[in-house]
Amino acid sequence: MTDEAGEGQPTAASAGVATTAQAAEGMDRPRRRSLRALGIALALAISAVLWEAAKWLAGDPWRLPALGYFHDPPFRVLQFSDRQLPHLWNIAAAFGEPFQRNSDYSLGGFLLDQALYTGQEAVIGFFVGAVIGVTLASVFVHSGLLERAFVPYVVASQTVPIVALAPLIVSGFGRGLISVVIIATYLTFFPVTIAVMRGLRSPDPRAVELMRSYAASRWDVYRKVRLPASLPYLFTALKIAAAASVVGTIIGEGPGGVPNGLGRAILNFNQQYITGPEKLWAAILVAALMGIAFFALVRTAEVLVLGRRGQRQLPA
Amino acid sequence: MLFPLTGGGSTRALDGISLTIQPGEFVSLIGPSGCGKSTLLRIVGDLIRPTSGHVEVNGKTAQQARLDRDYGMVFQAPVLFDWRTVEANVRLPLEVMRTQRGERDRRVREMIELVELGGFLRHYPHQLSGGMQQRVAIARALALQPALLLMDEPFGALDEMTRERLNTEVLRIWTQTRTTVIFVTHSIPEAVFLSTRVVVMSARPGRFTNIVEIDLPQPRTDQTRESERYFELVTEVRESLRGRRGDTSDARLRAEGPAG
Repeated sequence: MTDEAGEGQPTAASAGVATTAQAAEGMDRPRRRSLRALGIALALAISAVLWEAAKWLAGDPWRLPALGYFHDPPFRVLQFSDRQLPHLWNIAAAFGEPFQRNSDYSLGGFLLDQALYTGQEAVIGFFVGAVIGVTLASVFVHSGLLERAFVPYVVASQTVPIVALAPLIVSGFGRGLISVVIIATYLTFFPVTIAVMRGLRSPDPRAVELMRSYAASRWDVYRKVRLPASLPYLFTALKIAAAASVVGTIIGEGPGGVPNGLGRAILNFNQQYITGPEKLWAAILVAALMGIAFFALVRTAEVLVLGRRGQRQLPA
Repeated sequence: MLFPLTGGGSTRALDGISLTIQPGEFVSLIGPSGCGKSTLLRIVGDLIRPTSGHVEVNGKTAQQARLDRDYGMVFQAPVLFDWRTVEANVRLPLEVMRTQRGERDRRVREMIELVELGGFLRHYPHQLSGGMQQRVAIARALALQPALLLMDEPFGALDEMTRERLNTEVLRIWTQTRTTVIFVTHSIPEAVFLSTRVVVMSARPGRFTNIVEIDLPQPRTDQTRESERYFELVTEVRESLRGRRGDTSDARLRAEGPAG
């Protein structure tokens, strides 16, 4: 007994909390996913080609005795020399070599360990920061007084560069896990607070009127209306925070004087640059991969949690 | 039910309003934009406080009636939660009231059947058309079996044909549930077709211009829309809207409702 025919197509503009039907996208999900993967692979391939092309045109002479290949580039640009821009295959090879003299431990293994160390700090800090962010946002939305009192400080706190704060935190909490977790927390909670505040306020006021007509308490309104409505905003902030907490952790580890982690590794390889430029590039690559992986994890969680809603997902 | 003499806010939204509505009536409020009909509806629903005057519902104050959940409300937009299925949306007021699960689920299914959306329990709002979403909103408004249903231009955003079909639906639901309905609308045909009485309002400040008894027979069908009496009544309402005011004292007399 359906009468959808008489009611017309799913309309584009029903106002209020319900949103539109997804426009027919002309492409189903698996196809879109493989196209995206193809796009990424293509972008990487082009970057690699450009990298080596630059060195071919204006780098140091190419000497590959194993292949019997010699090439003298027509131009010379300092930035493309083997020291500034090592060949991609040398960077790849470096992963297999010992990470420092008198050691059996490969660079790959070493970097993986450091990445895991940094990673776990970032993850813990991320979760703690997210919880703090949601709590603060919830408090601020329900108390105008507290909001006006504390939000300026919250904002001001983010203007102090992490490079300056890290040594302070480390001197207070020691050169270990705790300090770096605090740094990661610090970088996460701000975007989450601001975004979740917006999200908690996003529901249609008529939805709140409806709840009043059921004689609902403020807690009911929070739990059943505001919190679910804020989830898309939360995830947008979490994606930002994912990237920020990884980067910030690595940066904080350096000046913080933390003996482990990717931050320390990058600092060391920086000092040893002349003896092995590939190692620094390798470390940078691992750091970037870690950030990407983290972001992708959050994005997957977002799709799982929000997937069925059909809300237009907020950009990024 | 007794209505107040009210005012509202720093602009006089409403002035000198007095109305009594009998249980089981279907009363439409019609008037130009800004005449305060939505304000009046919200005052009845205790979503706004009047600056003076009072509202009584079944002998209770508006606030008490709200706390006792005597109202159901439907807005012009469905205002459904898009993270909830159709079933979960209709369930919302029962959740707030902490109804027992068995009773709750039974009531939800009953309401969804009433609006004839039985096959769409697991759908999400964005998968439904505007008319269907509005039907879910109506089912939700009826979930607590309210004595009074407040509808604020619920079909305003829909096309004419859907609107006419839903008018018939609303009448059917009204007959079946025997709720009292206060229905705000811009549409003269709709007001005449649905109501037992049409209250015509004018703006700035909002007041009652005229009250038209609709003596069309029940049940009302598409045939009714083509009857002569229907057109006469539509004309009467239209002329009242145009400002051919009846005596205000006349209006107050008729405000007391059929058989007082």
